[in-house]
Amino acid sequence: MLKCSLSVLDSVFSRISEKMDLYLPVKREDGKAEYKKWQGEEWSENLNTVKSPKDFFFPQSEDLVRFRTEGKSVEVIDEREEKAPFAVFGVRACDVRSFEILDKVFLEEPRDSFYAMRREAGIIVSVACQRPAETCFCKAFGIDAADPSGDVTCWKTDSELYLRANTDKGESFISIFADLLTECDDTEVEKEKEKISRILEKLPLNGLSTESFGAGKTEELFERAEWADLCEACLGCGTCTFVCPTCQCYDIKDIKTGNGVLRYRCWDSCMYSEFTKMAHGNNRLTQRERFRQRFMHKLVYFPENNGGVFGCVGCGRCLKSCPVSMNIVKVMKELGDK
Amino acid sequence: MNKSFDTLIPAVGTITDVRIDTPDIKTFRVETPDGKKAFDHRPGQCAMLSVPGVGEAMFSITSSPTNEEYMEFSIKKCGCVTDWLHSAEVGQQITIRGPYGKPFPVDEVFAGHNMLFIAGGVGLAPLRSVINYCRHYRDRYGRIDIVYGSRSRDDLLDYGEIVNEWATDADVNVHLTIDNPQEGWDGHVGFVPSYVKELSFDTDRIAVLCGPPVMIKFTLAELEALGFDKSQVYTTLELRMKCGVGKCGRCNVGAKYVCKDGPVFRADELDCLPDEY
Amino acid sequence: MQKVTRDILVKRASELLADGTVSSVLGWKAGEFDYDVTPATFTDTESLEKGFVWSDFSAANLSKYLVSKTKSAEGRILVFLKPCDTYSFNQLLTEHRIDREKVYAVGVPCEGMADINKIRSICGDGIIKIDCGEKLTVETLYADEPFVVEPSEVLLEKCESCKSKKHVAYDELLGEEGEVVDSSRFSEVERLEAMSADERFEFWQGELSRCIRCNACRDACPACTCEVCVFNNPASGVETKAPSDSFEEKMFHIIRAFHVAGRCTDCGECSRVCPQNIPLHLLNRKLIKDMNESYGTYQAGETVGASSPLTEYTLGDPEAGDVLEGGGKNA
Repeated sequence: MLKCSLSVLDSVFSRISEKMDLYLPVKREDGKAEYKKWQGEEWSENLNTVKSPKDFFFPQSEDLVRFRTEGKSVEVIDEREEKAPFAVFGVRACDVRSFEILDKVFLEEPRDSFYAMRREAGIIVSVACQRPAETCFCKAFGIDAADPSGDVTCWKTDSELYLRANTDKGESFISIFADLLTECDDTEVEKEKEKISRILEKLPLNGLSTESFGAGKTEELFERAEWADLCEACLGCGTCTFVCPTCQCYDIKDIKTGNGVLRYRCWDSCMYSEFTKMAHGNNRLTQRERFRQRFMHKLVYFPENNGGVFGCVGCGRCLKSCPVSMNIVKVMKELGDK
Repeated sequence: MNKSFDTLIPAVGTITDVRIDTPDIKTFRVETPDGKKAFDHRPGQCAMLSVPGVGEAMFSITSSPTNEEYMEFSIKKCGCVTDWLHSAEVGQQITIRGPYGKPFPVDEVFAGHNMLFIAGGVGLAPLRSVINYCRHYRDRYGRIDIVYGSRSRDDLLDYGEIVNEWATDADVNVHLTIDNPQEGWDGHVGFVPSYVKELSFDTDRIAVLCGPPVMIKFTLAELEALGFDKSQVYTTLELRMKCGVGKCGRCNVGAKYVCKDGPVFRADELDCLPDEY
Repeated sequence: MQKVTRDILVKRASELLADGTVSSVLGWKAGEFDYDVTPATFTDTESLEKGFVWSDFSAANLSKYLVSKTKSAEGRILVFLKPCDTYSFNQLLTEHRIDREKVYAVGVPCEGMADINKIRSICGDGIIKIDCGEKLTVETLYADEPFVVEPSEVLLEKCESCKSKKHVAYDELLGEEGEVVDSSRFSEVERLEAMSADERFEFWQGELSRCIRCNACRDACPACTCEVCVFNNPASGVETKAPSDSFEEKMFHIIRAFHVAGRCTDCGECSRVCPQNIPLHLLNRKLIKDMNESYGTYQAGETVGASSPLTEYTLGDPEAGDVLEGGGKNA
């Protein structure tokens, strides 16, 4: 275990910034937080960001390939480049788990090189949650907010930041500012973990159970009458999917750039009416089917295909952002054993 | 090291032949610019073809893997990409990536069995690949029956090949039908499901079904009425796809992705999936 | 705190269900927390008693739901409408989007709705209870004592600049009718107008760069009721799901503002639902202000059947050149 005084945190950030881009949650003027490239801003450790950090590895929109077309000929221009190393600091336990979930999608064969290159370049520095929100329910998915994973794990106390490298990548990252750190035992960290655990015990969504969900539950859940009421207010917008750290559906589109064609991919949402629309029909015609798909995917299909791991991390972003306050917790409570 | 092959980055393919099959279906021959096959595939697998600037779409590869020289795609005009392709001429370059999907288990399951192929309309496209594969390795398979129907005589795909090659093979029986009577047509008239019932096939075979959803539904019912077990029947599904490799998230039926876990499904496997296809 | 209480709404809704006037009730339903309220249909007294919410968090404008509900529902639907919601309701009637015969509109006076984001910025995260009394009492996981917040400090923007406490449509009104408010709703627009073009561009660049293109603004907007939005239509050539360049977000929001110009009642739902707190209502307000200045004051939704200045030509209309000059003076 290593530590530094909070008073040198700026020096730590600035030392990292000399080597690589450093991103961390920063409070905006409107009171919400977002990940920003550090340029001297204050780290907002108590607020989770509106958008998840999935952007760093799976950006909302990214170029895939270019084409030059002339007459009948087509030339494929592969402009992929290795990414420069970067660090994402202040990642919460839920979001760290979300990367593991995205890995299961993008790193499974055939590997998505766009994601893989970013993932390889990125260093994840997690921080134990001191201030979980009332909307947090990571515990339901077996996540310990007091001891997140990542390349490096941090704990913040009133005066110190404690750091533990978990990977080789983390070790070499810490060496960038090793002279600002001192060795220590884990007494303070253990105390901090206990403190956090006590807070976690008090979270209002603590009792949320995943028992009714998981692999093999399709038949039980698919035709449940409750879907009709659950989706009633749904506007069919993409807010939940776009703030979600694990939603990974995408679209591929071409645009004409004037001197060729750019093929890019961008986030898509299963909540959108045209998501599955084909020239000759749509297999999810109403919002009921689309709404059901999103939750069945996270709670049943994903675990079925991924050894029981749920496709939700309990970050609570959808609880805070849905325009009509409909979300996965309400779905789980309504469909779960009552 | 990560900048290796990425399936989303396609290769260039050249259209080296365009055959007009029916009023709305053309068959395109695609090769690499240096005259080779873009990749190897198995019967029933698909490829993503794209016209840069217009879009990308998934098509089943209608030529048999035993064709070492090129691939063929029978494409019905029904959307942006297909409209564009229908106006394309020989020499036009497009892009191609694949192969995608789980193929028909031609060697693992079909070998040693009598085969019954049933297709409707453009649904013959994926079956042509299997049929020609079975014909190529003729001694591995028993009797072959092919039931194929379309709206009219003009809408029958691969008519020349069916009549001149398939129908002349020993031990291959071809049963053609069209929806409505037509001048000059002395063959069977009627829908595929009722023709299947009429032909009353023995259940000593594996059936492979492909066509519009409604045709599949009714034909499957007729096969069951004839005593077929669903585990003897194979079919293919088609849903909207973007990536082709189970990541973009739209072609799933329950926990199965049609692009990756399909498009070939055994009928009893489909029963285990939610009704959303 | 709302002057008309929840119990009054529940009682009246139950009566109207019981006497057969209506067969369903469109209202707001309780969620996990005091602030997360979801629009919902109730069909019996029991569910109303259990789940109906009328509080400082019943902000959602229910009028747009009537577009689909009146198509599918059998019998009449009771809908609770706040004064600002009645303008949207009238506008939808003007556009023939709602079957009026199937609606029983109950007007509810509104003292303004609370913005949970503003409450969070005062009280922090961890909000476990909010009591909507004269003042808001907010209990959190992290403060020993509850926060006591003045409702006026945490009003939603749309309520801070409330344009009317008067209902312009209802079959029945609960409580007392209010007045049209002489609001200062154009003051922020004036501030932007006073900026140089570069400053203004920078302002919007900053705001719109946060857009995640979730379409919540559009999907919540009572003026956006196209069956297929131009941005969802592959044949339109502008179908997009994410910005491919930095201009695109501006294009989306500006086109949307123009599409609803003359029909936007300034209900403020676009800004309320934006997860990124973009003040989208300002785009609409700028157009309303310009229309008022060019064609005389007009309030969309004030009456049913009114024709908007943009759909009607009069000889007195200023020429395009005059409008351009008027708009150009601030460039």
